[in-house]
Amino acid sequence: MTPRTEIRFMLNGRNVYLSDISASDTLLDYLRLNQRLTGTKEGCAEGDCGACTILVGRFHQGNLRYEAVNACIRLMASLDRCHVVTIEYLSGPQGRLHPVQQAMVEHHGSQCGFCTPGFVMSLYALWMQNPDPSETEIETALQGNLCRCTGYAPIIRAAKAITSYGSAAHDVLITEREGITRNLSALEDNRRVELVKDNSRAILPADVDDLAQALLEYPQATLVAGATDVGLWVTKFLRDISPVIFLNHLDGLKQIISDGSGISIGSGVSYSDCGKVLCETYPHLSAFWDRIAGWQIRNMGTIGGNVANGSPIGDMPPVLIALGGEITLRRGTERRSLPIEEYFIDYGKQDLAEGEFLEQITIPKPQAANLHAAYKISKRRDEDISSVCAAFNVSVDDGIITSARIAFGGMAATPKRASAAEAALLGAPFSEATLIKAAAKLAEDFTPLSDWRASAEYRLKVAQNLFRRFYLEHSETGADARLVQA
Amino acid sequence: MKDESFKLDQRHDSAVKHVTGRAEYADDIPEPAGTLHAYLGLSTRAHAKLLSVDLSAVRGAAGVVGVLTAGDIPGENDVSPTGRNDEPIFATDKVEFWGQPMFAVVAETRDAARRAALLAKVDYEDLPHTLDAAEARAQGGDYVTPPLKLERGDVAPALAAAEHRIKGQMRVGGQDHMYLEGHIAFAIPGEDDDVSIHSSTQHPSEAQHMVARVLGLNSSDVTINVRRMGGGFGGKETQMNLFCAVAALAAKKWNRAVKIRPDRDDDMSATGKRHDFVIDYDVAFDGEGKIQALEGNFAARCGFSSDLSGPVTDRALFHADNAYYYPNVLLHSHPMKTNTVSNTAFRGFGGPQGVIAAERIMEEIAYALNKDTLEIRRANFYGTEDRNVTPYHQTVEDNIMPRIIDELEASADYQARRNAVLAHNAKGGITRKGIALTPVKFGISFTATWYNQAGSLVHIYNDGSIALNHGGTEMGQGLNTKVAQIAADAFGVDFERIKITKTTTEKVPNTSATAASSGSDLNGMAALDGCEQIKARLVEFACQHWQAKPEDIRFANNLVYIGADTVAFPDFIKQAYMARVQLSAAGFYKTPKIHWDRETGKGRPFYYFAYGASCSEVTIDTLTGEYSVDRTDILHDVGQSLNAQLDIGQVEGAFIQGMGWLTTEELWWDKQGQLRTHAPSTYKIPLASDRPREFNVALADWSVNREKTIKRSKAVGEPPFMLGISVFEALSMAVASVADYTVCPRLDAPATPERVLMAVDRLQDRG
Repeated sequence: MTPRTEIRFMLNGRNVYLSDISASDTLLDYLRLNQRLTGTKEGCAEGDCGACTILVGRFHQGNLRYEAVNACIRLMASLDRCHVVTIEYLSGPQGRLHPVQQAMVEHHGSQCGFCTPGFVMSLYALWMQNPDPSETEIETALQGNLCRCTGYAPIIRAAKAITSYGSAAHDVLITEREGITRNLSALEDNRRVELVKDNSRAILPADVDDLAQALLEYPQATLVAGATDVGLWVTKFLRDISPVIFLNHLDGLKQIISDGSGISIGSGVSYSDCGKVLCETYPHLSAFWDRIAGWQIRNMGTIGGNVANGSPIGDMPPVLIALGGEITLRRGTERRSLPIEEYFIDYGKQDLAEGEFLEQITIPKPQAANLHAAYKISKRRDEDISSVCAAFNVSVDDGIITSARIAFGGMAATPKRASAAEAALLGAPFSEATLIKAAAKLAEDFTPLSDWRASAEYRLKVAQNLFRRFYLEHSETGADARLVQA
Repeated sequence: MKDESFKLDQRHDSAVKHVTGRAEYADDIPEPAGTLHAYLGLSTRAHAKLLSVDLSAVRGAAGVVGVLTAGDIPGENDVSPTGRNDEPIFATDKVEFWGQPMFAVVAETRDAARRAALLAKVDYEDLPHTLDAAEARAQGGDYVTPPLKLERGDVAPALAAAEHRIKGQMRVGGQDHMYLEGHIAFAIPGEDDDVSIHSSTQHPSEAQHMVARVLGLNSSDVTINVRRMGGGFGGKETQMNLFCAVAALAAKKWNRAVKIRPDRDDDMSATGKRHDFVIDYDVAFDGEGKIQALEGNFAARCGFSSDLSGPVTDRALFHADNAYYYPNVLLHSHPMKTNTVSNTAFRGFGGPQGVIAAERIMEEIAYALNKDTLEIRRANFYGTEDRNVTPYHQTVEDNIMPRIIDELEASADYQARRNAVLAHNAKGGITRKGIALTPVKFGISFTATWYNQAGSLVHIYNDGSIALNHGGTEMGQGLNTKVAQIAADAFGVDFERIKITKTTTEKVPNTSATAASSGSDLNGMAALDGCEQIKARLVEFACQHWQAKPEDIRFANNLVYIGADTVAFPDFIKQAYMARVQLSAAGFYKTPKIHWDRETGKGRPFYYFAYGASCSEVTIDTLTGEYSVDRTDILHDVGQSLNAQLDIGQVEGAFIQGMGWLTTEELWWDKQGQLRTHAPSTYKIPLASDRPREFNVALADWSVNREKTIKRSKAVGEPPFMLGISVFEALSMAVASVADYTVCPRLDAPATPERVLMAVDRLQDRG
């Protein structure tokens, strides 16, 4: 079948067919410069401030679902078969304010107003999922939205009061859901999409097999899933990323299978989509999960991308390494599997052949006797990059440590196991003294860097102290071992 | 006290536009056909000679129309706001900080300009660089502007004779404004020498004068327009001048509209921030903790040029007393030149750095004497009849601090909660708690006395609609709302009848920056003056027309009451128009009573003081340094509020911003002098989840400004910023617990988790 040479999507109330786009064109520029939809703002162009928050609707297991995402790092080609909803679409035809907007007005939720459309869109996405959220749920939904004027208090007050300003009866995305669903379904033709403009090429494979094929055709291609990292190559480093192969429409990479042997996660599964399953299976991840990036980024970013890009400060690799995870790499029809830690060779260097891609991540099922923990240390609690990320998986049999998998991020050029510290634990009694002794070995395992996130001294110190925290949390006396926010 | 028609909960006049995305910011204005885009080329050295700057690749890049360098400037290559000629638009023979503009490139699209700007080939010869104020001072470095000395009493003998004496040092970090809308200027050329610029500036008049100076034009050729800003906080007071000048230069050169908007990374690298300070103190006190003498040296990282560093470092000294009486005092400022971006205005304008030094000294005394910090604060508060003269010889006439503190102590249940905190810490666990109640006294007025003036222009059209213009700018604080409320109240009409128009130098000339918290004090009064002038004519007309007496005429409820008669306001205006009454007026106001002699360090720089206090409780994790703010209570003085909801919004927002300054917001330069925290990915301002878990904010509604300000209100923009200090001091107390409160933690700011953990470790080693 010949490739389609245009993307098709809905923008607010109408269909858009676009062929004249480059692989690195962003949605924000398209909205503001091309469509003059200026309600969506640029605050940072790196997915960290939320002023450009919009909704993207797409099918998820057959149902149309809307998610808050950052338009600034959302690449245009990835919008094929999506519904893009901007702030301009929110008010009713007679200019009647949406309950989210009315609540913000009544509670003095805006001052300078520049961040406001983004807050409204995040709160709108939350309201659609959960009209009566708790304060914590509101804060979680707003992790990706910065406000410099209000101090957030009036926005939270507004968010808690939305239901008192109207119901879903007039919401356009709810009342017109059926028509939108039909319309979006009609845009589908199961073909590969290839967009060529000047020297740029963007490819949306038809399915996973086609992805494998496309990578053989373009082995140097940039693979883009959520674009939460690659988006910055474009907006901050002005890097030419063509040719680009987009993954995030591929249902075949979005499977999560949880069975007796463990969990397997397709490399295109977003944080938001796998959080529930992972945290149910591994409850120690619950407090950790919502501290990975902000909500918009968790809606876009994928577990596979976080592993595949090889960053030493990604939050997933230490967790997955500690859990004994494996990855499946595929080239053409050939597949191979390896323990995740072996994928990371050195800074910027991974065990990935030309034409090969990360297809799946598997995590073994939890062992009942194992003690787990995942810790993230960062300057700011939410939506920050780790200074140190640590994951523990230790089994204790009759008071003696029989296995230990402990991995760190932010401590070396790659995510890495603490081998010397692990060795010091094996065969020793599970006691505070043992953990402190093992922590001292971290100085052999790691020589961390000093940078703007933390000094080398602090990184090592905290990493060592986390051994003590791990012990205290798993001992009788440890109720007070950790700062817990209400 | 207040007219019932004055709505204290009047919402922001742009609220509906904000939430619908219809509020227009400078980047949203439709661009005329042929609009070009400029982008700055920035240095990648902290200090270097420019041996050659080869722009041929820049000129040759796709979409490029041309470049601008110093040679293209017809007037002065300088945007120094104080006339010191030390701040070139484009560096010529040398660069003095990493990120300094050297040229601008102008292209058909912003993307093309931005890509082209990176193609310059610059040959640098590195010179030694100094990045930090302490380092500069140790090297005997230059001042960017003359230092200030404040002195009262005789410090040396009092220090020598005292029962207790402590010397110490505190480092207080700077802060990026992180306004959500970055810098932007959009210039449209006109006929003759005219150029009209839409920008996001807090100081339209200065931008106008600066553009004229750079282009070699008259100020009357240049118009600056500001509908609203997406946040300012001081960062758009002087810093926008350069962007306005570059856009105007290009617009006149190519006779096309030109917009300039830097990417966030470049915005943060190339524009100034809050000054960070290194403060050395030497304090003497008695056994009760009462200060006998204080000597303080305040060294600031000013950057490569003076900008506003003179008045900023002056204000640090003006606030080094905070709320406390120093019987003998000697304070010096050291505005150090460094090879960093030139630091600038930021909410509080040096005041917070002075206040936090005073609060550190309170801590030093409290830990030395093993007392509650609140007890030490009380012992040192200014008196009302005596002990009431500041280091700058102004008498504190309106001290309401004791009442504020007493009320907050009770409403926050401070004593009981402090006991609970002590009990928690006595258990010796991993988490420790701290609680602190800190005061703020803040002087209101520009210390540059001539800035304390404002103008307005009020029109009533013959249909009874009212257009109001004033020299202040709207950056989110609700200034336009307050000023419109004042006008609506003056004419007794609905708020909706007042049309608030964009700020433009065409309507009100020679305005001051919307800064120093002065917006509603100055512009509210100027607007009222304009309204009163028109009203006087209307009253005179009514007296003649209805044979009434002036005291029988009243404007209220959209009506004009004339004795027993009432006339609808629009009908009344129509009749006044037909009778040829002038329905327009230019209002004016200047702040009375103030004067300041910098040479002698004496005067009355401030018309009045605003007061407030906050009490915060925190928990820290002594294994990692992480923390949470568990509860904050605030009682703040805005006199008789013009709009309680807007004022509370200012207090809440300022508190969080002040807390951010002292906790997670860290500016970090590498050894080469490049700022590496230049975007929200690396520079962390507070999020919703960083708010205190319980947050109680109240206004001291009993406070009445004893000076004749607009409706006896007080300024609100800056003072509550310093309420964030209670969080910092509570963190300090939690750290102090690990050494049983016998050692002052000397926590430096910002108290990142790293600094908290390192302080815990330091004290554990000593304890």
